[in-house]
Amino acid sequence: MHVGVQWFVGVSAVLFGIGLFGVFTRRSPLVLLLSIEIMLNSCNLALIAFARELGQTSGQIFALVVMAVAASEVVVGLGLVVALARRRVDLDVDSLTVLRD
Amino acid sequence: MTYEIVFVAAGVLAIGSALGVVLSSNPFHSALSLILNLAALATFYLLLSADFLAAAQVIVYAGAVMIMFLFVTAYLGGHAAEPVVDRPLWQTAAALVAAGAVVAELVFALASAGYHRAPAVAAGFGSAQDVGAGFLSRYLLAFEATSILLLVAAVGGVVLGTRRPAPRAVGEEGAFERPWQPVPPSVQSDVMDVETRFPVTPLEGAPEPEVKA
Repeated sequence: MHVGVQWFVGVSAVLFGIGLFGVFTRRSPLVLLLSIEIMLNSCNLALIAFARELGQTSGQIFALVVMAVAASEVVVGLGLVVALARRRVDLDVDSLTVLRD
Repeated sequence: MTYEIVFVAAGVLAIGSALGVVLSSNPFHSALSLILNLAALATFYLLLSADFLAAAQVIVYAGAVMIMFLFVTAYLGGHAAEPVVDRPLWQTAAALVAAGAVVAELVFALASAGYHRAPAVAAGFGSAQDVGAGFLSRYLLAFEATSILLLVAAVGGVVLGTRRPAPRAVGEEGAFERPWQPVPPSVQSDVMDVETRFPVTPLEGAPEPEVKA
């Protein structure tokens, strides 16, 4: 069996689906952030797989940028979670509807 | 042959740990599972001859991001636990169907693309030198934009993390308990415009502030 690039891309698609399922079903903002991390990382895997397929480094550079975006997202997201916890707000994304109402 | 064995092992580890993240009811266990997932992905990167990215993955994610995650989870303690609700079964089923549909679509789209066997790459492919040269020449704008993004995120993290008194509703116990401190007129004239909505009361004997038309 030859493991081609398509297998890596397939794994990345499955990981993306798992992360999406987590975003759909979980309520804790912490776990939501973790699920988003899974999705971003699966995209990174696809980018790097295609970089290997095409023999170009551009995809890897793009993946590095995605990594920086993910790190920034975690900083801001965790800051929000800590700020919510300090105000004794329930950590439940279904009850955080102040902006909508 | 070793390549295939490593791929299958990393694939099982990646998918299993991702399921662990999503299905575990304890956020701490979710974060620990994500570390495993990231390690498996770093293995994938090595298999795809992206050496620098694998190192960056381990350093940036396992080293920095996940430590912060674990710190915050430990800081929140029991507060971080998932609120217990009786979620209707159809919601979970609908989420499963929607996520499965996305996966099916992705697999269908990706399988219909023509793959040729990945070309042999030069020895330095994916090294720090290779990635860095691209970053500092062709993708310089992306590099600068990334640095600005990181700066903004750092400032945002500091602003969000600063301890401030919680806002209170009007009429609630303790609302507006701090008395209003009049601003000295010397500062008023410089900093605060007369059109400000704060009740500015100039000190005794100070010249009347000019009211703009």
